[in-house]
Amino acid sequence: MSVTEAPPAHPAEEAEVRKPSTRRRLVPYWLLLPGILWLLVFFALPMVYQASTSVQTGSLEKGFEVTWHFRTYWDALADYYPQFIRSLLYAGTATLLCLLLGYPLAYLIAFKAGRWRNLVLVLVIAPFFTSFLIRTLAWKTILADGGAVVDVLNTLHVLDVTSWLGWTENNRVLATPMAVVCGLTYNFLPFMILPLYTSLERIDGRLHEAAGDLYATPATTFRKVTLPLSMPGVVSGTLLTFIPASGDYVNAELLGSTDTKMVGSVIQTQFLRVLDYPTAAALSFILMAVVLLVVTVYIRRSGTEDLV
Amino acid sequence: MSVLRTLRRNLVVIAGLLTLAYMILPNVVVMVFSFNRPRGRFNYAWQEFSLDAWKDPCGVADLCGSLSLSLRIAVWATVGATVLGTMIAFALVRYRFRARGAINSLIFLPMAMPEVVMAASLLTLFLNMGAQLGFWTVLIAHIMFCLSFVVTAVKARVMSMDPRLEEAARDLYAGPVQTFVRVTLPIAAPGIAAGALLAFALSFDDFIITNFNAGSTVTFPMFVWGSAQRGTPVQINVIGTAMFVIAVTVVLAGQLIANRRKSNAGK
Repeated sequence: MSVTEAPPAHPAEEAEVRKPSTRRRLVPYWLLLPGILWLLVFFALPMVYQASTSVQTGSLEKGFEVTWHFRTYWDALADYYPQFIRSLLYAGTATLLCLLLGYPLAYLIAFKAGRWRNLVLVLVIAPFFTSFLIRTLAWKTILADGGAVVDVLNTLHVLDVTSWLGWTENNRVLATPMAVVCGLTYNFLPFMILPLYTSLERIDGRLHEAAGDLYATPATTFRKVTLPLSMPGVVSGTLLTFIPASGDYVNAELLGSTDTKMVGSVIQTQFLRVLDYPTAAALSFILMAVVLLVVTVYIRRSGTEDLV
Repeated sequence: MSVLRTLRRNLVVIAGLLTLAYMILPNVVVMVFSFNRPRGRFNYAWQEFSLDAWKDPCGVADLCGSLSLSLRIAVWATVGATVLGTMIAFALVRYRFRARGAINSLIFLPMAMPEVVMAASLLTLFLNMGAQLGFWTVLIAHIMFCLSFVVTAVKARVMSMDPRLEEAARDLYAGPVQTFVRVTLPIAAPGIAAGALLAFALSFDDFIITNFNAGSTVTFPMFVWGSAQRGTPVQINVIGTAMFVIAVTVVLAGQLIANRRKSNAGK
Protein backbone atom coordinates (compact mmCIF):
# COMPACT_ATOMS: atom_id res chain seq x y z
CA MET A 1 0.00 0.00 0.00
CA SER A 2 1.50 3.30 -1.14
CA VAL A 3 1.31 6.55 0.69
CA THR A 4 -0.79 8.18 -2.00
CA GLU A 5 -3.61 5.70 -1.51
CA ALA A 6 -4.36 6.94 1.93
CA PRO A 7 -8.20 7.16 1.77
CA PRO A 8 -8.84 3.48 0.87
CA ALA A 9 -6.67 2.47 3.80
CA HIS A 10 -9.27 3.83 6.13
CA PRO A 11 -12.06 1.24 5.52
CA ALA A 12 -9.49 -1.53 5.75
CA GLU A 13 -8.41 -0.23 9.12
CA GLU A 14 -12.03 -0.06 10.22
CA ALA A 15 -12.58 -3.66 9.14
CA GLU A 16 -9.57 -4.67 11.10
CA VAL A 17 -11.06 -3.06 14.18
CA ARG A 18 -14.51 -4.48 13.57
CA LYS A 19 -13.34 -8.06 13.05
CA PRO A 20 -12.10 -8.60 16.61
CA SER A 21 -15.06 -6.61 17.87
CA THR A 22 -17.58 -9.10 16.41
CA ARG A 23 -15.52 -11.88 17.91
CA ARG A 24 -15.46 -9.88 21.10
CA ARG A 25 -19.21 -9.66 21.04
CA LEU A 26 -19.39 -13.45 21.20
CA VAL A 27 -16.95 -13.71 24.11
CA PRO A 28 -19.55 -13.34 26.89
CA TYR A 29 -21.68 -16.08 25.40
CA TRP A 30 -18.74 -18.48 25.28
CA LEU A 31 -17.91 -17.58 28.87
CA LEU A 32 -21.50 -18.11 30.02
CA LEU A 33 -22.27 -21.20 27.97
CA PRO A 34 -20.83 -24.09 30.03
CA GLY A 35 -21.93 -22.83 33.45
CA ILE A 36 -25.38 -21.71 32.35
CA LEU A 37 -25.88 -24.97 30.48
CA TRP A 38 -24.96 -26.82 33.67
CA LEU A 39 -27.54 -24.87 35.66
CA LEU A 40 -30.19 -25.31 32.97
CA VAL A 41 -29.72 -29.07 32.73
CA PHE A 42 -29.15 -29.87 36.41
CA PHE A 43 -31.20 -27.16 38.13
CA ALA A 44 -33.97 -25.87 35.82
CA LEU A 45 -34.72 -29.06 33.88
CA PRO A 46 -35.12 -31.14 37.09
CA MET A 47 -37.77 -28.65 38.23
CA VAL A 48 -39.70 -29.40 35.03
CA TYR A 49 -39.34 -33.13 35.61
CA GLN A 50 -40.51 -32.69 39.18
CA ALA A 51 -43.52 -30.65 38.09
CA SER A 52 -44.47 -33.44 35.72
CA THR A 53 -43.89 -36.12 38.36
CA SER A 54 -46.18 -34.32 40.79
CA VAL A 55 -49.17 -34.74 38.48
CA GLN A 56 -48.49 -38.39 37.66
CA THR A 57 -50.26 -41.43 39.05
CA GLY A 58 -49.21 -45.04 39.11
CA SER A 59 -47.01 -47.33 41.11
CA LEU A 60 -43.41 -48.39 41.09
CA GLU A 61 -44.25 -51.74 39.46
CA LYS A 62 -46.61 -50.50 36.75
CA GLY A 63 -44.74 -47.26 36.16
CA PHE A 64 -45.96 -43.68 36.46
CA GLU A 65 -48.00 -41.77 33.91
CA VAL A 66 -48.94 -38.12 33.60
CA THR A 67 -52.66 -37.97 34.35
CA TRP A 68 -52.85 -34.32 35.50
CA HIS A 69 -53.86 -35.62 38.87
CA PHE A 70 -53.76 -32.32 40.78
CA ARG A 71 -55.49 -33.93 43.74
CA THR A 72 -52.06 -35.14 44.84
CA TYR A 73 -51.32 -31.58 45.94
CA TRP A 74 -54.50 -31.36 47.95
CA ASP A 75 -53.98 -34.82 49.51
CA ALA A 76 -50.36 -34.05 50.34
CA LEU A 77 -51.37 -30.83 52.07
CA ALA A 78 -54.23 -32.50 53.91
CA ASP A 79 -51.94 -35.28 55.15
CA TYR A 80 -48.87 -33.25 55.97
CA TYR A 81 -50.01 -29.74 56.87
CA PRO A 82 -48.83 -30.17 60.50
CA GLN A 83 -45.28 -30.79 59.26
CA PHE A 84 -45.54 -27.76 56.98
CA ILE A 85 -46.71 -25.44 59.72
CA ARG A 86 -44.08 -26.86 62.05
CA SER A 87 -41.33 -26.25 59.47
CA LEU A 88 -42.30 -22.62 59.01
CA LEU A 89 -42.74 -22.13 62.75
CA TYR A 90 -39.42 -23.73 63.72
CA ALA A 91 -37.54 -22.01 60.89
CA GLY A 92 -39.12 -18.67 61.77
CA THR A 93 -38.31 -19.01 65.48
CA ALA A 94 -34.75 -20.10 64.72
CA THR A 95 -34.31 -17.13 62.36
CA LEU A 96 -35.53 -14.72 65.04
CA LEU A 97 -33.23 -16.28 67.63
CA CYS A 98 -30.31 -16.12 65.19
CA LEU A 99 -30.97 -12.40 64.72
CA LEU A 100 -31.22 -11.74 68.47
CA LEU A 101 -28.10 -13.78 69.26
CA GLY A 102 -26.14 -12.86 66.14
CA TYR A 103 -26.59 -9.10 66.18
CA PRO A 104 -24.61 -8.44 69.38
CA LEU A 105 -21.78 -10.67 68.17
CA ALA A 106 -21.67 -9.01 64.73
CA TYR A 107 -21.71 -5.62 66.48
CA LEU A 108 -18.94 -6.75 68.80
CA ILE A 109 -16.75 -7.83 65.87
CA ALA A 110 -17.44 -4.68 63.86
CA PHE A 111 -17.02 -2.02 66.56
CA LYS A 112 -15.66 -3.40 69.82
CA ALA A 113 -13.18 -6.15 68.99
CA GLY A 114 -10.29 -3.89 67.99
CA ARG A 115 -7.20 -5.94 67.36
CA TRP A 116 -9.08 -9.14 68.29
CA ARG A 117 -11.40 -8.70 65.31
CA ASN A 118 -9.72 -11.27 63.06
CA LEU A 119 -9.48 -13.82 65.84
CA VAL A 120 -13.18 -13.53 66.67
CA LEU A 121 -14.04 -13.76 62.98
CA VAL A 122 -11.99 -16.96 62.72
CA LEU A 123 -13.84 -18.33 65.76
CA VAL A 124 -17.17 -17.57 64.09
CA ILE A 125 -16.18 -19.46 60.94
CA ALA A 126 -14.17 -22.17 62.74
CA PRO A 127 -17.13 -24.43 63.64
CA PHE A 128 -17.68 -24.86 59.88
CA PHE A 129 -14.50 -26.86 59.70
CA THR A 130 -16.02 -29.77 61.59
CA SER A 131 -18.78 -31.57 59.72
CA PHE A 132 -22.13 -30.06 60.78
CA LEU A 133 -23.57 -33.53 61.41
CA ILE A 134 -20.88 -34.25 64.00
CA ARG A 135 -21.54 -30.90 65.66
CA THR A 136 -25.29 -31.50 65.66
CA LEU A 137 -24.71 -34.88 67.32
CA ALA A 138 -22.72 -33.05 70.01
CA TRP A 139 -25.98 -31.35 71.03
CA LYS A 140 -27.27 -34.78 71.98
CA THR A 141 -24.57 -34.84 74.64
CA ILE A 142 -25.08 -31.24 75.72
CA LEU A 143 -28.87 -31.51 76.04
CA ALA A 144 -28.87 -35.07 77.38
CA ASP A 145 -31.23 -35.99 80.27
CA GLY A 146 -29.37 -35.56 83.52
CA GLY A 147 -26.73 -33.43 81.82
CA ALA A 148 -25.55 -30.10 83.22
CA VAL A 149 -27.78 -27.97 80.96
CA VAL A 150 -30.97 -29.85 81.79
CA ASP A 151 -30.08 -29.89 85.51
CA VAL A 152 -29.56 -26.13 85.62
CA LEU A 153 -32.76 -25.46 83.66
CA ASN A 154 -34.64 -27.77 86.02
CA THR A 155 -33.26 -26.12 89.13
CA LEU A 156 -34.26 -22.72 87.81
CA HIS A 157 -37.71 -24.16 86.93
CA VAL A 158 -37.23 -22.96 83.35
CA LEU A 159 -38.32 -26.33 82.03
CA ASP A 160 -41.59 -26.09 83.96
CA VAL A 161 -42.37 -22.90 82.06
CA THR A 162 -41.27 -24.28 78.68
CA SER A 163 -43.19 -27.51 79.28
CA TRP A 164 -46.28 -25.46 80.06
CA LEU A 165 -45.73 -23.64 76.74
CA GLY A 166 -45.38 -26.98 74.96
CA TRP A 167 -41.76 -26.45 73.97
CA THR A 168 -40.42 -29.24 76.15
CA GLU A 169 -41.86 -32.36 77.74
CA ASN A 170 -41.42 -34.20 81.04
CA ASN A 171 -38.55 -32.01 82.18
CA ARG A 172 -36.33 -33.06 79.32
CA VAL A 173 -35.03 -31.08 76.37
CA LEU A 174 -33.89 -33.74 73.92
CA ALA A 175 -36.60 -34.99 71.53
CA THR A 176 -38.65 -31.80 71.99
CA PRO A 177 -39.32 -28.75 69.79
CA MET A 178 -36.89 -26.76 71.92
CA ALA A 179 -34.02 -29.09 71.03
CA VAL A 180 -34.83 -28.84 67.31
CA VAL A 181 -35.03 -25.03 67.36
CA CYS A 182 -31.84 -24.90 69.41
CA GLY A 183 -30.09 -27.06 66.80
CA LEU A 184 -31.45 -25.03 63.88
CA THR A 185 -30.40 -21.77 65.55
CA TYR A 186 -26.94 -23.15 66.18
CA ASN A 187 -26.48 -24.52 62.67
CA PHE A 188 -27.47 -21.34 60.83
CA LEU A 189 -26.02 -18.65 63.15
CA PRO A 190 -22.91 -18.05 60.99
CA PHE A 191 -25.18 -17.36 57.99
CA MET A 192 -26.77 -14.58 60.04
CA ILE A 193 -23.61 -13.17 61.59
CA LEU A 194 -21.49 -12.82 58.45
CA PRO A 195 -23.90 -10.62 56.42
CA LEU A 196 -24.70 -8.61 59.56
CA TYR A 197 -21.01 -8.05 60.16
CA THR A 198 -20.42 -7.05 56.52
CA SER A 199 -23.10 -4.36 56.63
CA LEU A 200 -22.15 -3.12 60.12
CA GLU A 201 -18.49 -2.88 59.18
CA ARG A 202 -19.31 -0.54 56.30
CA ILE A 203 -20.87 2.02 58.66
CA ASP A 204 -18.69 5.10 59.02
CA GLY A 205 -17.68 5.41 62.68
CA ARG A 206 -17.96 9.20 62.40
CA LEU A 207 -21.73 8.82 62.11
CA HIS A 208 -21.77 7.47 65.66
CA GLU A 209 -19.66 10.41 66.82
CA ALA A 210 -21.97 12.82 65.02
CA ALA A 211 -25.02 11.28 66.67
CA GLY A 212 -23.27 11.59 70.04
CA ASP A 213 -22.37 15.21 69.34
CA LEU A 214 -26.02 15.88 68.66
CA TYR A 215 -26.86 14.60 72.15
CA ALA A 216 -28.30 11.27 71.06
CA THR A 217 -28.13 8.62 73.78
CA PRO A 218 -26.40 5.36 72.78
CA ALA A 219 -29.86 3.74 72.52
CA THR A 220 -31.11 6.48 70.18
CA THR A 221 -27.93 6.29 68.12
CA PHE A 222 -28.49 2.57 67.70
CA ARG A 223 -32.16 2.95 66.82
CA LYS A 224 -31.77 5.88 64.43
CA VAL A 225 -28.33 5.32 62.90
CA THR A 226 -26.86 1.83 63.32
CA LEU A 227 -29.95 -0.32 62.91
CA PRO A 228 -31.30 1.36 59.74
CA LEU A 229 -27.86 1.27 58.13
CA SER A 230 -27.48 -2.43 58.94
CA MET A 231 -30.84 -3.37 57.41
CA PRO A 232 -29.34 -4.92 54.23
CA GLY A 233 -27.40 -7.28 56.49
CA VAL A 234 -30.51 -8.06 58.53
CA VAL A 235 -32.49 -8.86 55.39
CA SER A 236 -29.89 -11.07 53.72
CA GLY A 237 -29.03 -12.72 57.05
CA THR A 238 -32.64 -13.63 57.80
CA LEU A 239 -33.08 -15.02 54.27
CA LEU A 240 -29.86 -17.03 54.43
CA THR A 241 -31.10 -18.49 57.73
CA PHE A 242 -34.79 -18.98 57.01
CA ILE A 243 -34.51 -20.62 53.58
CA PRO A 244 -32.20 -23.50 54.50
CA ALA A 245 -33.83 -23.90 57.94
CA SER A 246 -37.30 -24.36 56.44
CA GLY A 247 -36.17 -27.31 54.34
CA ASP A 248 -33.83 -28.84 56.89
CA TYR A 249 -34.56 -32.25 58.31
CA VAL A 250 -31.23 -33.09 59.92
CA ASN A 251 -31.93 -31.26 63.20
CA ALA A 252 -35.49 -32.56 63.42
CA GLU A 253 -34.33 -36.14 62.87
CA LEU A 254 -31.26 -36.09 65.13
CA LEU A 255 -32.51 -33.92 68.00
CA GLY A 256 -36.27 -34.30 67.75
CA SER A 257 -38.87 -37.04 67.91
CA THR A 258 -41.69 -38.19 65.65
CA ASP A 259 -43.69 -35.25 67.02
CA THR A 260 -41.19 -32.73 65.72
CA LYS A 261 -40.86 -33.98 62.12
CA MET A 262 -40.46 -31.20 59.58
CA VAL A 263 -41.54 -31.23 55.95
CA GLY A 264 -38.02 -32.04 54.77
CA SER A 265 -38.23 -35.37 56.63
CA VAL A 266 -41.51 -36.17 54.91
CA ILE A 267 -40.11 -35.41 51.45
CA GLN A 268 -37.05 -37.51 52.19
CA THR A 269 -39.08 -40.47 53.48
CA GLN A 270 -41.59 -40.34 50.61
CA PHE A 271 -38.81 -40.13 48.05
CA LEU A 272 -36.24 -42.56 49.40
CA ARG A 273 -38.23 -45.06 51.48
CA VAL A 274 -41.92 -45.05 50.54
CA LEU A 275 -41.05 -44.35 46.88
CA ASP A 276 -44.27 -42.38 46.42
CA TYR A 277 -42.72 -39.99 43.90
CA PRO A 278 -45.82 -37.92 43.02
CA THR A 279 -46.56 -37.05 46.66
CA ALA A 280 -42.90 -36.26 47.33
CA ALA A 281 -42.68 -34.07 44.23
CA ALA A 282 -45.90 -32.25 45.14
CA LEU A 283 -44.69 -31.62 48.70
CA SER A 284 -41.37 -30.33 47.47
CA PHE A 285 -43.15 -28.01 45.02
CA ILE A 286 -45.40 -26.63 47.72
CA LEU A 287 -42.37 -26.01 49.94
CA MET A 288 -40.61 -24.21 47.10
CA ALA A 289 -43.68 -22.07 46.39
CA VAL A 290 -44.13 -21.16 50.06
CA VAL A 291 -40.47 -20.23 50.50
CA LEU A 292 -40.36 -18.17 47.29
CA LEU A 293 -43.55 -16.40 48.35
CA VAL A 294 -42.22 -15.61 51.81
CA VAL A 295 -38.92 -14.42 50.34
CA THR A 296 -40.55 -12.21 47.71
CA VAL A 297 -42.98 -10.59 50.13
CA TYR A 298 -40.21 -10.08 52.66
CA ILE A 299 -37.86 -8.48 50.13
CA ARG A 300 -40.63 -6.20 48.85
CA ARG A 301 -41.59 -5.19 52.38
CA SER A 302 -38.05 -4.44 53.48
CA GLY A 303 -37.45 -2.45 50.30
CA THR A 304 -33.98 -3.81 49.58
CA GLU A 305 -34.49 -5.46 46.24
CA ASP A 306 -30.88 -5.07 45.19
CA LEU A 307 -29.45 -7.27 47.89
CA VAL A 308 -28.03 -10.02 45.74
CA MET B 1 -23.46 -0.81 92.05
CA SER B 2 -20.33 -0.29 89.95
CA VAL B 3 -20.48 -3.97 88.96
CA LEU B 4 -23.98 -3.44 87.62
CA ARG B 5 -22.86 -0.36 85.75
CA THR B 6 -19.95 -2.18 84.07
CA LEU B 7 -22.38 -4.96 83.20
CA ARG B 8 -24.75 -2.48 81.58
CA ARG B 9 -22.01 -0.65 79.76
CA ASN B 10 -20.61 -3.86 78.32
CA LEU B 11 -23.94 -5.52 77.60
CA VAL B 12 -23.18 -5.88 73.89
CA VAL B 13 -19.78 -7.42 74.55
CA ILE B 14 -21.20 -9.88 77.08
CA ALA B 15 -24.09 -10.89 74.82
CA GLY B 16 -21.71 -11.29 71.89
CA LEU B 17 -19.30 -13.44 73.86
CA LEU B 18 -22.18 -15.62 75.08
CA THR B 19 -23.24 -16.18 71.47
CA LEU B 20 -19.65 -17.03 70.60
CA ALA B 21 -19.60 -19.57 73.44
CA TYR B 22 -22.85 -21.07 72.13
CA MET B 23 -21.20 -21.46 68.72
CA ILE B 24 -17.98 -22.97 70.01
CA LEU B 25 -19.44 -25.28 72.68
CA PRO B 26 -20.28 -28.21 70.34
CA ASN B 27 -16.73 -28.16 68.95
CA VAL B 28 -15.39 -28.41 72.48
CA VAL B 29 -17.71 -31.33 73.17
CA VAL B 30 -16.62 -33.07 69.95
CA MET B 31 -12.99 -32.59 70.97
CA VAL B 32 -13.42 -33.81 74.55
CA PHE B 33 -15.43 -36.84 73.46
CA SER B 34 -12.72 -37.88 71.02
CA PHE B 35 -10.86 -39.00 74.18
CA ASN B 36 -13.81 -40.96 75.53
CA ARG B 37 -14.12 -44.73 75.94
CA PRO B 38 -17.87 -45.19 75.63
CA ARG B 39 -19.77 -48.13 76.99
CA GLY B 40 -22.15 -49.43 74.35
CA ARG B 41 -22.46 -48.26 70.77
CA PHE B 42 -23.12 -44.56 71.27
CA ASN B 43 -20.58 -41.93 72.24
CA TYR B 44 -22.94 -39.51 74.01
CA ALA B 45 -22.08 -39.95 77.68
CA TRP B 46 -18.65 -39.49 79.25
CA GLN B 47 -17.07 -42.66 80.67
CA GLU B 48 -13.29 -42.58 80.89
CA PHE B 49 -10.24 -41.05 79.25
CA SER B 50 -8.69 -43.04 76.45
CA LEU B 51 -6.41 -42.47 73.45
CA ASP B 52 -7.62 -45.58 71.61
CA ALA B 53 -9.50 -43.75 68.86
CA TRP B 54 -6.60 -41.33 68.23
CA LYS B 55 -4.20 -44.25 67.85
CA ASP B 56 -6.43 -45.91 65.29
CA PRO B 57 -8.50 -43.28 63.46
CA CYS B 58 -9.34 -45.63 60.57
CA GLY B 59 -10.23 -48.48 62.91
CA VAL B 60 -13.90 -48.39 61.93
CA ALA B 61 -14.98 -50.11 58.73
CA ASP B 62 -15.68 -47.73 55.81
CA LEU B 63 -14.90 -44.55 57.79
CA CYS B 64 -11.68 -43.56 56.05
CA GLY B 65 -13.00 -44.79 52.71
CA SER B 66 -15.94 -42.42 53.00
CA LEU B 67 -13.59 -39.63 54.05
CA SER B 68 -11.35 -40.05 51.02
CA LEU B 69 -14.40 -40.25 48.74
CA SER B 70 -15.70 -36.97 50.20
CA LEU B 71 -12.31 -35.34 49.68
CA ARG B 72 -12.15 -36.53 46.06
CA ILE B 73 -15.66 -35.28 45.33
CA ALA B 74 -14.94 -31.96 47.05
CA VAL B 75 -11.73 -31.41 45.04
CA TRP B 76 -13.36 -32.10 41.67
CA ALA B 77 -16.51 -30.16 42.57
CA THR B 78 -14.31 -27.21 43.58
CA VAL B 79 -12.35 -27.34 40.32
CA GLY B 80 -15.52 -27.61 38.23
CA ALA B 81 -17.53 -24.96 40.06
CA THR B 82 -14.58 -22.53 40.26
CA VAL B 83 -13.78 -22.71 36.53
CA LEU B 84 -17.40 -22.43 35.40
CA GLY B 85 -18.29 -19.85 38.07
CA THR B 86 -15.29 -17.61 37.35
CA MET B 87 -16.14 -17.59 33.64
CA ILE B 88 -19.73 -16.57 34.40
CA ALA B 89 -18.60 -13.89 36.86
CA PHE B 90 -16.28 -12.29 34.28
CA ALA B 91 -18.99 -12.37 31.64
CA LEU B 92 -21.48 -10.73 34.03
CA VAL B 93 -19.17 -7.91 35.10
CA ARG B 94 -17.26 -7.24 31.92
CA TYR B 95 -19.66 -7.71 29.04
CA ARG B 96 -23.07 -6.65 27.85
CA PHE B 97 -25.32 -9.35 26.46
CA ARG B 98 -28.94 -10.37 26.07
CA ALA B 99 -31.04 -12.08 28.74
CA ARG B 100 -28.91 -10.73 31.57
CA GLY B 101 -31.87 -10.64 33.94
CA ALA B 102 -32.82 -14.25 33.25
CA ILE B 103 -29.23 -15.37 33.74
CA ASN B 104 -28.97 -13.45 37.00
CA SER B 105 -32.10 -15.17 38.34
CA LEU B 106 -30.86 -18.57 37.18
CA ILE B 107 -27.75 -17.98 39.28
CA PHE B 108 -29.64 -16.57 42.27
CA LEU B 109 -32.39 -19.23 42.45
CA PRO B 110 -30.25 -22.20 43.57
CA MET B 111 -29.19 -20.13 46.59
CA ALA B 112 -32.81 -19.20 47.40
CA MET B 113 -34.09 -22.75 47.22
CA PRO B 114 -34.30 -25.13 50.18
CA GLU B 115 -31.73 -27.84 49.57
CA VAL B 116 -34.29 -30.63 49.84
CA VAL B 117 -36.22 -29.21 46.86
CA MET B 118 -33.13 -29.23 44.61
CA ALA B 119 -32.18 -32.66 45.90
CA ALA B 120 -35.58 -34.17 45.16
CA SER B 121 -35.93 -32.63 41.71
CA LEU B 122 -32.43 -33.66 40.67
CA LEU B 123 -33.18 -37.21 41.75
CA THR B 124 -36.33 -37.11 39.59
CA LEU B 125 -34.18 -36.15 36.61
CA PHE B 126 -31.65 -38.91 37.26
CA LEU B 127 -34.38 -41.51 37.73
CA ASN B 128 -36.06 -40.42 34.51
CA MET B 129 -32.79 -40.61 32.60
CA GLY B 130 -32.05 -43.98 34.15
CA ALA B 131 -28.70 -42.69 35.40
CA GLN B 132 -26.65 -44.88 37.73
CA LEU B 133 -26.54 -43.07 41.10
CA GLY B 134 -23.07 -42.76 42.58
CA PHE B 135 -19.86 -40.73 42.33
CA TRP B 136 -20.81 -38.94 39.09
CA THR B 137 -24.35 -37.97 40.08
CA VAL B 138 -23.04 -36.58 43.39
CA LEU B 139 -20.30 -34.66 41.58
CA ILE B 140 -22.79 -33.20 39.09
CA ALA B 141 -25.07 -32.12 41.95
CA HIS B 142 -22.22 -30.55 43.93
CA ILE B 143 -20.91 -28.54 40.96
CA MET B 144 -24.49 -27.34 40.39
CA PHE B 145 -25.09 -25.95 43.88
CA CYS B 146 -21.54 -24.62 44.42
CA LEU B 147 -21.57 -22.72 41.12
CA SER B 148 -23.77 -19.83 42.29
CA PHE B 149 -21.67 -19.24 45.39
CA VAL B 150 -18.46 -19.06 43.32
CA VAL B 151 -20.10 -16.61 40.89
CA THR B 152 -21.13 -14.37 43.81
CA ALA B 153 -17.67 -14.41 45.41
CA VAL B 154 -15.74 -13.77 42.18
CA LYS B 155 -18.21 -11.15 40.93
CA ALA B 156 -17.75 -9.07 44.08
CA ARG B 157 -13.98 -9.00 43.56
CA VAL B 158 -14.01 -8.34 39.81
CA MET B 159 -16.53 -5.52 40.28
CA SER B 160 -14.26 -3.70 42.70
CA MET B 161 -11.27 -3.95 40.33
CA ASP B 162 -9.85 -0.73 38.95
CA PRO B 163 -10.28 -0.94 35.14
CA ARG B 164 -7.45 1.58 34.71
CA LEU B 165 -4.92 -1.12 35.64
CA GLU B 166 -5.89 -3.14 32.60
CA GLU B 167 -5.94 -0.03 30.42
CA ALA B 168 -2.45 0.73 31.65
CA ALA B 169 -1.31 -2.78 30.71
CA ARG B 170 -2.79 -2.34 27.23
CA ASP B 171 -1.13 1.06 26.87
CA LEU B 172 2.14 -0.67 27.65
CA TYR B 173 1.54 -2.96 24.64
CA ALA B 174 0.43 -6.06 26.56
CA GLY B 175 -1.79 -8.29 24.40
CA PRO B 176 -5.22 -9.37 25.66
CA VAL B 177 -3.88 -12.72 26.85
CA GLN B 178 -0.90 -11.16 28.56
CA THR B 179 -3.11 -8.53 30.21
CA PHE B 180 -5.43 -11.21 31.48
CA VAL B 181 -2.72 -13.55 32.81
CA ARG B 182 -0.42 -10.91 34.31
CA VAL B 183 -2.86 -8.23 35.50
CA THR B 184 -6.49 -9.36 35.64
CA LEU B 185 -6.03 -12.84 37.05
CA PRO B 186 -3.66 -11.87 39.91
CA ILE B 187 -6.06 -9.10 41.02
CA ALA B 188 -9.09 -11.40 40.82
CA ALA B 189 -7.23 -14.23 42.57
CA PRO B 190 -8.45 -13.51 46.14
CA GLY B 191 -12.06 -13.61 44.94
CA ILE B 192 -11.47 -16.82 43.02
CA ALA B 193 -9.71 -18.35 46.04
CA ALA B 194 -12.58 -17.34 48.34
CA GLY B 195 -15.08 -18.88 45.93
CA ALA B 196 -13.05 -22.07 45.67
CA LEU B 197 -12.72 -22.39 49.46
CA LEU B 198 -16.44 -21.87 49.88
CA ALA B 199 -17.17 -24.48 47.20
CA PHE B 200 -14.83 -26.96 48.86
CA ALA B 201 -16.42 -26.46 52.29
CA LEU B 202 -19.98 -26.67 50.90
CA SER B 203 -19.25 -29.79 48.91
CA PHE B 204 -17.31 -31.58 51.62
CA ASP B 205 -19.99 -30.96 54.24
CA ASP B 206 -23.05 -31.44 52.09
CA PHE B 207 -25.54 -33.97 53.32
CA ILE B 208 -29.07 -33.42 52.00
CA ILE B 209 -28.39 -33.27 48.23
CA THR B 210 -25.81 -36.05 48.54
CA ASN B 211 -28.20 -38.27 50.51
CA PHE B 212 -30.75 -38.06 47.71
CA ASN B 213 -28.41 -38.58 44.80
CA ALA B 214 -25.66 -40.90 46.03
CA GLY B 215 -27.43 -44.25 45.72
CA SER B 216 -25.39 -46.70 47.74
CA THR B 217 -22.22 -44.56 47.63
CA VAL B 218 -21.31 -43.37 51.13
CA THR B 219 -19.65 -39.98 51.64
CA PHE B 220 -18.33 -38.86 55.02
CA PRO B 221 -21.46 -36.89 56.05
CA MET B 222 -23.57 -39.89 55.04
CA PHE B 223 -21.36 -42.14 57.15
CA VAL B 224 -21.93 -39.88 60.15
CA TRP B 225 -25.68 -39.84 59.47
CA GLY B 226 -25.78 -43.62 59.28
CA SER B 227 -23.76 -43.94 62.47
CA ALA B 228 -26.30 -41.79 64.31
CA GLN B 229 -28.66 -44.70 63.76
CA ARG B 230 -26.25 -47.64 64.16
CA GLY B 231 -23.89 -46.34 66.81
CA THR B 232 -21.38 -43.49 66.80
CA PRO B 233 -17.73 -44.58 66.83
CA VAL B 234 -15.29 -42.31 68.71
CA GLN B 235 -13.27 -42.08 65.50
CA ILE B 236 -15.87 -39.67 64.10
CA ASN B 237 -14.93 -37.22 66.84
CA VAL B 238 -11.24 -37.77 66.10
CA ILE B 239 -11.74 -36.90 62.42
CA GLY B 240 -13.91 -33.90 63.35
CA THR B 241 -11.33 -32.61 65.82
CA ALA B 242 -8.46 -33.17 63.41
CA MET B 243 -10.23 -31.25 60.63
CA PHE B 244 -10.98 -28.42 63.04
CA VAL B 245 -7.39 -28.18 64.31
CA ILE B 246 -5.85 -28.37 60.82
CA ALA B 247 -8.20 -25.76 59.36
CA VAL B 248 -7.80 -23.32 62.26
CA THR B 249 -4.01 -23.72 62.12
CA VAL B 250 -3.96 -23.03 58.38
CA VAL B 251 -6.20 -19.96 58.77
CA LEU B 252 -4.19 -18.55 61.69
CA ALA B 253 -0.88 -19.22 59.89
CA GLY B 254 -2.24 -17.42 56.83
CA GLN B 255 -3.25 -14.48 59.00
CA LEU B 256 0.18 -14.39 60.61
CA ILE B 257 1.95 -14.42 57.25
CA ALA B 258 -0.36 -11.72 55.91
CA ASN B 259 0.29 -9.58 59.01
CA ARG B 260 4.03 -10.01 58.72
CA ARG B 261 3.94 -9.09 55.05
CA LYS B 262 1.91 -6.03 55.86
CA SER B 263 4.31 -4.90 58.54
CA ASN B 264 7.30 -5.58 56.24
CA ALA B 265 5.66 -3.53 53.52
CA GLY B 266 5.17 -0.77 56.08
CA LYS B 267 8.90 -0.53 56.67
